[in-house]
Amino acid sequence: MAFALTPEREREVESILTRYPDSRAALLPVLWLCQQQNGWISQEVVDYVAQRLDLSTATVKGVVTFYTMFFEAPVAENVVWVCRTLSCDLRGGKAIQEHLEQRFGCTAGHNSKDGKFTLLKAECLAACGQAPMVQINERYYESLDIETLDRIIDLHAAEGAEAAAAKFATQAVPSPVHPGGPSSVPPPAPSPEAVRVASQPPPADPKAGQGGAS
Amino acid sequence: MTSPQKPLLTSRYGIAESWKLENAERAGAYRIARNALQNTEPAQLKEEVKKANIRGRGGAGFPAGVKWGFLSPNDDEVVYLVVNADESEPGTFKDRTIMELDPHRLIEGCIISSFAIGAHVTYIYVRGELSFSAARLQDAVDEARAAGYLGERPFGVEHPVEVHIHLGAGAYICGEETALLNSLEGRRGEPRLKPPFPAIKGVFGMPTIVNNVETIAAVPDIIEMGGEAWASLGRLPGDGGVRLYGVSGHVKAPGVYEAPVGITMRELIYDYGGGMLEGRELKAVVPGGSSTPVLDPRRIVDAPAEDHPLHAWHGKSEIDVPMGVDTYRALGTMLGTCCAIVMDDTVNMVDACRNLMRFYKHESCGQCTPCREGCGWLVDVLDNLCTGRGKPGDVDLLVDISNNMMGNTICAFADGTAMPMLGMVQKFREEFMEVANKGLPSGTRHDLSVQSLIGSVA
Repeated sequence: MAFALTPEREREVESILTRYPDSRAALLPVLWLCQQQNGWISQEVVDYVAQRLDLSTATVKGVVTFYTMFFEAPVAENVVWVCRTLSCDLRGGKAIQEHLEQRFGCTAGHNSKDGKFTLLKAECLAACGQAPMVQINERYYESLDIETLDRIIDLHAAEGAEAAAAKFATQAVPSPVHPGGPSSVPPPAPSPEAVRVASQPPPADPKAGQGGAS
Repeated sequence: MTSPQKPLLTSRYGIAESWKLENAERAGAYRIARNALQNTEPAQLKEEVKKANIRGRGGAGFPAGVKWGFLSPNDDEVVYLVVNADESEPGTFKDRTIMELDPHRLIEGCIISSFAIGAHVTYIYVRGELSFSAARLQDAVDEARAAGYLGERPFGVEHPVEVHIHLGAGAYICGEETALLNSLEGRRGEPRLKPPFPAIKGVFGMPTIVNNVETIAAVPDIIEMGGEAWASLGRLPGDGGVRLYGVSGHVKAPGVYEAPVGITMRELIYDYGGGMLEGRELKAVVPGGSSTPVLDPRRIVDAPAEDHPLHAWHGKSEIDVPMGVDTYRALGTMLGTCCAIVMDDTVNMVDACRNLMRFYKHESCGQCTPCREGCGWLVDVLDNLCTGRGKPGDVDLLVDISNNMMGNTICAFADGTAMPMLGMVQKFREEFMEVANKGLPSGTRHDLSVQSLIGSVA
């Protein structure tokens, strides 16, 4: 069956188009709207978006496959991303994943036995200071321990994502103001096995003037 | 040593519902933008930003004022400001605090910067995962527009300014500025060949300035204090002001802290980060996001020559060198995003390295062969090492692959993969050789050290 956006979302598309001098730039925002409505980016969605923005289906498909957050297959009602990059793993990211795999009865990349959750591994979600953490649907749940994680999952299953987010979802936190004063730890003497580094010439900066991958 | 300092960038973080216009405005938001637009000339504003010596906060450390100076649009060209909020460098989580806790500071920065560089439209490209940050920014934009601070005549001045929030969809490479521009245009996020640089030909083929969130958020304070005064807050020449530092991993108080440019890594870990977890020793620290080569606190700076940039720290530990763009380059690493990943003595560096290289394998855009294949090979070799199938020659193979990635690709991604890989082998070669010969010590997993933490973290 052909896909079409609801009239309300269609009006949203009209408003999105006014933001850019070129309609192609609306591609990501429109794909987001479609995924919101359809749950994933099916071939019908691709066809619809291509026609709506006057692009080839190959162009749209190429963009969809590039980005990890556009789902190319149906997902469960709740999508759980476990951050497994270094800062999270140093504080238990792996244990979080293992616990969820056990609880859901599936490995990462699959749906839970009860069909309510899709479990996915994620690369760094930019919440390193509150590790370990997971993203469920659109919200972050941080500084987790297994017990809290279980309560969060219970609530998702029982009352839905909104109720769980209202109770447990986290946001960026202000860090305590640094009191100042002298360094609390005196510099230790270099250990006997300290290796002397030869002074190195400064390497050419490959990113100068280009902005880094931030 | 650190002295107490009045917070600037984070001054409104502690206010209740600091993200709402009325609360932010009561604490001073938009006052500086109003004054700048009503009473100063764009050239004057640009000059202050140049004097401020603010090095780009997104990782490359390029002076923002100089970047702005590259603009020379023709009469028929439109200038765009693009804010890079695609924060995804592993270990980095600072820009999110600005977007969620003080979005009006960023918008105020956008208004002043747009006026200074002659732009009328700003796109803030927020990574897809941070949809909550994006929603909060969007609310703030709507509030600012309703108040007349954005739109046709911001503060009654004839310089239309519009800010649009554009959500990405999950791709680290979109933090590379030309990939970001492609993504913004609705394309795959593949970096462009340079030149032309964005200041000449950026988004929609027009001159574009791309700056990091924190860089733009610093602009109001720079204008308020004057470039020179703001620059002098920093402790290093040519690298001005205050900035956001992040610290994560095995410290007692991970988080984002504001401090002057030029504090040392030791201060960041032990003063700001609260020191190592109880009973643990510092083993290594990735100083500014995963693309920056690792520091080993046991290593001491060997710079006896008086004209060496690090001579002042000759004989001290690597972590006692002030954190600056130029000092860290001289140290053989990079300052990057100034967000450190701290590892204690329970971490096996080969295992940690495998974790990071998996990230790069997943995120390489695939355009250039040395990067696409190289990242995969690095992971294959590290997988072999970590699963006991390694050979002593594998360690040099890692070096060889890295050397063939460096400088052979369109963007800096491959360098950002190869440099930390080479740094790991250079500084922890013995550990790599041991794993090559015997595999990982039994029971090693790099999160083993915090098993006990699970259940106790608040």
